[in-house]
Amino acid sequence: MSVELAVAAAMFAGVIAYALFGGADFGTGFYDLTAGGTRRGAELRTQVDHSIGPVWEANHVWLIYVMVMWWTGFPQAFAAAMNTLILPMLFALLGIVLRGGAFAFRKYAATLTQARLFGAIFATSSLITPFFLGAAVGAIVSGRVPIEGRGEVWGSWLHSTSILGGLLAVGTSSFLAGTFLVADATRAGHHDLGVALRMRTIGVGIATGSVALLGLIPLRLDAPTLWDGLLGRALPMVLLSALAGIATLALLWTRRYRLARITAVLAVFGVVFGWGLAQYPWMLVDQIRVVDAAGAPATLRALLIAVAIAAVIVGPALGYLYTLTQSPTWTDSY
Amino acid sequence: MFVPSVESMLAFAAPQIGGSQALTSLALGLANEPAGLLPAREQMALSLGWHIVLACFGVAFPTMILVMHWRGVRRQDRVALVLARRWAKVSAVLFAIGAVSGTVLSFEMGLLWPGLMGTFGDVLGLPFAFEGLSFFVEAIFLGIYLYGWDRMPPRLHMLMLIPMAVAGVVGTFCVLAVNAWMNAPTGFDIVDGEVVNVQPWVAFLNDQVWLQFAHMWVAAFMVAGFAIASVYAVGILRGRNDRHHRLGFTVPFAFASVGAVAQPFIGHFLGLRVAATQPAKLAAFELALETESPSPLRLGGILIDGKVRFNIDIPGLGSLIARNSLTAPVQGLDTIPADQRPPVNITHIAFQSMVAIGTILMLAVLIYWIARWRGHDLLEPQTRFHRWFLRGAVLAAPLAIAALELGWIATEVGRQPWIVYGIMRTTEAAGENSGLWWLYGTTVVVYTALSWGAISILRSMARRWRAGEEDLPSPYGPEPVEHAPELARDEC
Repeated sequence: MSVELAVAAAMFAGVIAYALFGGADFGTGFYDLTAGGTRRGAELRTQVDHSIGPVWEANHVWLIYVMVMWWTGFPQAFAAAMNTLILPMLFALLGIVLRGGAFAFRKYAATLTQARLFGAIFATSSLITPFFLGAAVGAIVSGRVPIEGRGEVWGSWLHSTSILGGLLAVGTSSFLAGTFLVADATRAGHHDLGVALRMRTIGVGIATGSVALLGLIPLRLDAPTLWDGLLGRALPMVLLSALAGIATLALLWTRRYRLARITAVLAVFGVVFGWGLAQYPWMLVDQIRVVDAAGAPATLRALLIAVAIAAVIVGPALGYLYTLTQSPTWTDSY
Repeated sequence: MFVPSVESMLAFAAPQIGGSQALTSLALGLANEPAGLLPAREQMALSLGWHIVLACFGVAFPTMILVMHWRGVRRQDRVALVLARRWAKVSAVLFAIGAVSGTVLSFEMGLLWPGLMGTFGDVLGLPFAFEGLSFFVEAIFLGIYLYGWDRMPPRLHMLMLIPMAVAGVVGTFCVLAVNAWMNAPTGFDIVDGEVVNVQPWVAFLNDQVWLQFAHMWVAAFMVAGFAIASVYAVGILRGRNDRHHRLGFTVPFAFASVGAVAQPFIGHFLGLRVAATQPAKLAAFELALETESPSPLRLGGILIDGKVRFNIDIPGLGSLIARNSLTAPVQGLDTIPADQRPPVNITHIAFQSMVAIGTILMLAVLIYWIARWRGHDLLEPQTRFHRWFLRGAVLAAPLAIAALELGWIATEVGRQPWIVYGIMRTTEAAGENSGLWWLYGTTVVVYTALSWGAISILRSMARRWRAGEEDLPSPYGPEPVEHAPELARDEC
């Protein structure tokens, strides 16, 4: 593997991690938003607080990781993408800021009115961010981000592929979040909550699957390069995603929540990794290849060292965090 | 390497001047500023000026909580444990908005300064990578520490603060490495207008970073320390002079005191470097229009129509302070080409105000600790000047924050017109986004709302704590949610 490809792979591993971990955090916003009135939604919102409270900041850092890898490893492509995609990036950023602030404020809000205000902001912005990040991906995979000059500031992401990308990001995030929330709620003994969440998660799963299937139709015309990749190199991942998605629905239906978490992760992994494989070897589809977009070789090698150090330091620490938060002492005592 | 923008610059500029001046010479030809320049500057100033205060808490607060928590665990000190637990909750709010406002900055690097990131992204990216790494560590252990109360063995739980504190140090170093590189760019060559021979480790561990890091790291402890201490000073002034308030005051105040005494010395050594690396900046700091030997120390003063007004000159002291010499001059602005001079008045006033505040803070903490050493603890209500001291301690918080912002303004404005000193002008780095004013307006609204939210939440937390409500349960619970409250309740 060439050093350019290694850096691109390390960067894309971050994209996958953000889609899985960050996605699961963002997705809780859907259930929070649709939880109903203050009294009816109290149990669910407390569960959301509890489930993502300890992990959301760590999961958020994957985005920073991807950004830094991108501008350091592929500076020219990064500058081009940010230049054309300034609007979806800013909308996503607005969502990130509002969500982080509102989530922390809600937890310590003094009154119900305040909590409702912050809660509504948290939940809404949790959906805004994945939508616009997905829309930005849609612009890149449909070849609308030129490496030189500036693409259309609005037109680059107001089209079928970007809408599909945005909806898929919201859908997969919510699906993941629902699966994890069901498992968390059930394990903590909130069985009624688990049952209610289970039906909604199945609904989200069916909707997301349908969007993915229907979305393939415009993709063929609008993003032919990606389409070819999806039916070629990435086909195993597409199939994995479809099968794992169906399996998750079946496992949720039969209340095997622990297993459902694994298949849900696989389903989303399949979508995201499939996108990456289908897009290869392009950094910006139809514009510049990974190899040509790479920055200085010395920097790429240094980046790989940084990634290795990160893997040694952050990997075990993340593992510790997740082990703790999934342990009985942490899940039962709230 | 594929760098079209630099290549096209080269094609234009190389025929006249080759080598490292190619980028510069092109910039001189650009008469009109790009539409995105002014809004990008305002946007960066607002978002960075806001974040830098929170970053100080991110860097210094974990260490202070650690000291408090340590005391609580080792001495079975319940007051200290209550303080540590409350500080942890405060840090949860501050770190959350710090994390998102930091994310804003990482987006803005590319959105506002495409010329900088597109050309030099692979030169200055490595410190950002390590900064991301330390942010990761801090976020992970913050999550564990915040939610680990009563769920982990007490000692192990306390130790979770150590990686956070270390990550704060490393993160500061990395961010300052980037800024130091912008002041003293190194680790690359420009051959025929193209950035080549990139040495990322040289760029990262540049000569300039060490003192800049020390200056900012100490500043973080001053800002966080004085700010937290001021909260308890207000409480004591309002008649709550109990052990809780005195301990809550003393620990952060001690940290801030060490910082306040060390800071003028670090600043002095950092200033000595400026003479060699950025003479234009030093000239603006000192408001030196002409080179004089020995140079005077020019207190106050403002440049109006090419003349310095309202100043007090102390002969010879300028050479002594800025150059560590009786005779070495401060290079005058007249030696700097007009199109390479920074905005002089802003730089000078910001710099001297920072130095003035720093000096006042140093003297103030020295007076307190010497008096205490002589047996007059100004925290004791019966001592003379007790209330005046506390009022001063309250005032120290806004002063420390002001010094932080002023110092940042001095170094950033003093580097202008360069974004990468001597290599790339800020005009070259900005994009063509005239619509950025919309972004600026939105940012003003959002950051005002965030500030309001944070302040009102922190105040309501303090109010409820005073009322004896320790747990601050989820406001959504129709009935109180079952936390594990035994320890907390006992402490009240």
